[in-house]
Amino acid sequence: MTSAVDSPGAPAPARAGAPGPGSTAPASGPRAKRRLSHRIFGRQPLGLLFSSPYLVFVIAVFAFPIVYSVWISFHDFFFAAPGANPERPFVGLDNYINAFSNPAVIRSFGNVGIFLLINVPLTVVLSLLLASALNKVVHARTFLRVSFYVPYVTASVAVVAVWLFLFNGNGLVNTVLGPLAPDPSWLINENLAMPVIAIYVTWKQLGFYILLYLAALQNVPKELYESAATDGAGRIRQFFSVTVPGVRPATLLVLLVSTVTGANLFTEPYLLTGGGGPNGASASPVLLMYQLGIQQGQPDVASAIGVVLVIGVLIVAFIQNRLVGERD
Amino acid sequence: MQTPSVKRSKRIVAAAVAVAAGIALAACSGGGGGGSSSGDLTATGPIDLWYSNNPAELEWGKQMVEAWNSANPDQKITAQEIPAGKSSEEVIGAAITAGNAPCLVLNTAPSAVGQFEKQGGLVNLSDFDDGASYIEERSGDLAKQYQNADGDYYQFPWKSNPVVIFYNKDLFAKAGLDPENPKLSTYDDFLVTSKTLVDSGVAPYAIQPAPTSEFFQMQFDFMPLYAAATGGTPLIEDGKATFADDAGDEVAQFWRDMYDQKLAGQEQYQGDAFADGQAAMAIVGPWAISVYDGVNFGSVPVPTPEATDPKDVWTFSDAKNIGLFSACKNKGTAWDVLKFATSQEQDGKFLETTGQMPLRQDLPTVYADYFAANPDYQAFGDQASRTVEVPGGPNTVQIMQAFRDAWGKSVIFGEGDVKQSLQDAADKIDQLASQP
Repeated sequence: MTSAVDSPGAPAPARAGAPGPGSTAPASGPRAKRRLSHRIFGRQPLGLLFSSPYLVFVIAVFAFPIVYSVWISFHDFFFAAPGANPERPFVGLDNYINAFSNPAVIRSFGNVGIFLLINVPLTVVLSLLLASALNKVVHARTFLRVSFYVPYVTASVAVVAVWLFLFNGNGLVNTVLGPLAPDPSWLINENLAMPVIAIYVTWKQLGFYILLYLAALQNVPKELYESAATDGAGRIRQFFSVTVPGVRPATLLVLLVSTVTGANLFTEPYLLTGGGGPNGASASPVLLMYQLGIQQGQPDVASAIGVVLVIGVLIVAFIQNRLVGERD
Repeated sequence: MQTPSVKRSKRIVAAAVAVAAGIALAACSGGGGGGSSSGDLTATGPIDLWYSNNPAELEWGKQMVEAWNSANPDQKITAQEIPAGKSSEEVIGAAITAGNAPCLVLNTAPSAVGQFEKQGGLVNLSDFDDGASYIEERSGDLAKQYQNADGDYYQFPWKSNPVVIFYNKDLFAKAGLDPENPKLSTYDDFLVTSKTLVDSGVAPYAIQPAPTSEFFQMQFDFMPLYAAATGGTPLIEDGKATFADDAGDEVAQFWRDMYDQKLAGQEQYQGDAFADGQAAMAIVGPWAISVYDGVNFGSVPVPTPEATDPKDVWTFSDAKNIGLFSACKNKGTAWDVLKFATSQEQDGKFLETTGQMPLRQDLPTVYADYFAANPDYQAFGDQASRTVEVPGGPNTVQIMQAFRDAWGKSVIFGEGDVKQSLQDAADKIDQLASQP
């Protein structure tokens, strides 16, 4: 017999879980039905009802496109008008081979790797330092916070125009540098185009990450700083021994979000370097996906690139989680 | 050991993924495309139409729609500008996939037509009884460039903007050059004139074609000069790339010299370099005449390796055509509207309003009065009969992108050998041209 004597208020695991080793008779009747419904819907089915809109949203906006793009990547696929019935045969790994035998695609992954190597560490360090400084500022606090946040909420198209004005051949930066200005100039220099984009994106997104760190800093107990000071720790020691460990969850979040958004780089090379130039030195995988999938009518090859990109981001995120995430 | 709540969460996630997969697979089994879906070509009734957002074209388009609607109250046109997007072609492509493309789009790029046809989005105009004959009577031999591989018309050849060289007379005069007879007819002359312009400091660059990597930019540097150098050879003939020949090498070397000598800018200019006086010349079509209203400019044909009579110079068409889309319910009306919009009377109004050239044979004689009254456009009217179009087929954009990538590397940024680069591009394009 199962523990059928449990009162309705008994702990959920005893009822929702599978029968224990002592279970003997198969359940039947209303109790069994209830147990089955608990097993499927949990102890509070109403909770599922409340969360279902979000579940539907996740399925429609995230899960469905991902599963669909995986399917596309293994078939000979192109966008077609309703009513037409093209054959879409399974082609195995052909689209992946097609994509990754293209040197431009390989290079785009290298480009985004360079971008992430510059952008992610710079984002974490600068946003933490600036957030710590802002946390201590007393005067003009709101003004400074808004100042850092403004680039983040401004449309990239508008801000890119300012950076073009700064970094083009006859731009302000080269005018200031004079004979020290690079030749070819920043945005048409194969070695400098991607770093300029990485710095631009770091600057533009910084406000958001500063806000994350500011929120995290409010949760670091003041007592820890007092104890550290009592033990003779200076400002720098306090920063590394109290602040950095104290905001570790925020650091993980910043790492993950900046990696994911960085891997999806599109607007900046599209606008700032005229479509990933010079010679594809700033082309990103997403930019190539756009060119291949939308402009050139090869959504199957573009999907293959997208699937590999997602897997790559997941691997990087996993490593980041292992290295920075809480282990307890 | 997993707690029941963890197990439940996993079950929910698994169920969500299964639902998503189910929906995805169900979606995959539907939809479709490929080939024509012409359906009933005689149905009549209201239709919808998209036109360009160019102000002059809008003005013409509105009067055309008004004229049709007042004469055909039972077959009204509902017209609107093409919805905003990164490009018209992407918007139209998305509309085809969604099944809500309009009946007619009066701004269909020939480079996109092959893809639209493959998507099953376009009606084969040759299926109309008078389809091919009407097109060929109107456009003459030029119409053949707009046929697909089977000789069918999935686009209506509508209007062209033959690409020529515009030059700023004031800047030429400032640089000590003769603004009425500029020496721009050969590559050598063009280089010398460009150097004079830049060395004199009247403009940072002699000319500034967009140096960006978009596939279509080849239409405004390589294609016009290659057409001129070869007397109208298309990029692909009989399924093979033609451009890796002496003429192609010379065109590429000419542009590389322009970039090497800093006579053309390697960096994208934000704005219109010609209008802003940042470049003394531009390579554009007659649509630009009204745009450059404030500039004292003249125009000459694109340069050729050796001096060529302007009457024999070919160029790129920069045409935009009309597509009749398969989502249209009243295709009979759509075809009648198409013929009405391209009638001699409406073509005349289009020419007067926009300055763009209807793809109509004997243009200078049919509209002799217009060209007599507007001598600036005379050269374009004459040039319109000697234009080359982009290659057709479903892989046009891939082909053009392959060329552009090679061009950007070897010509604009001077890496590697120009000749080898063109040959590599030609080999790649041969493969692409043979793919379905």
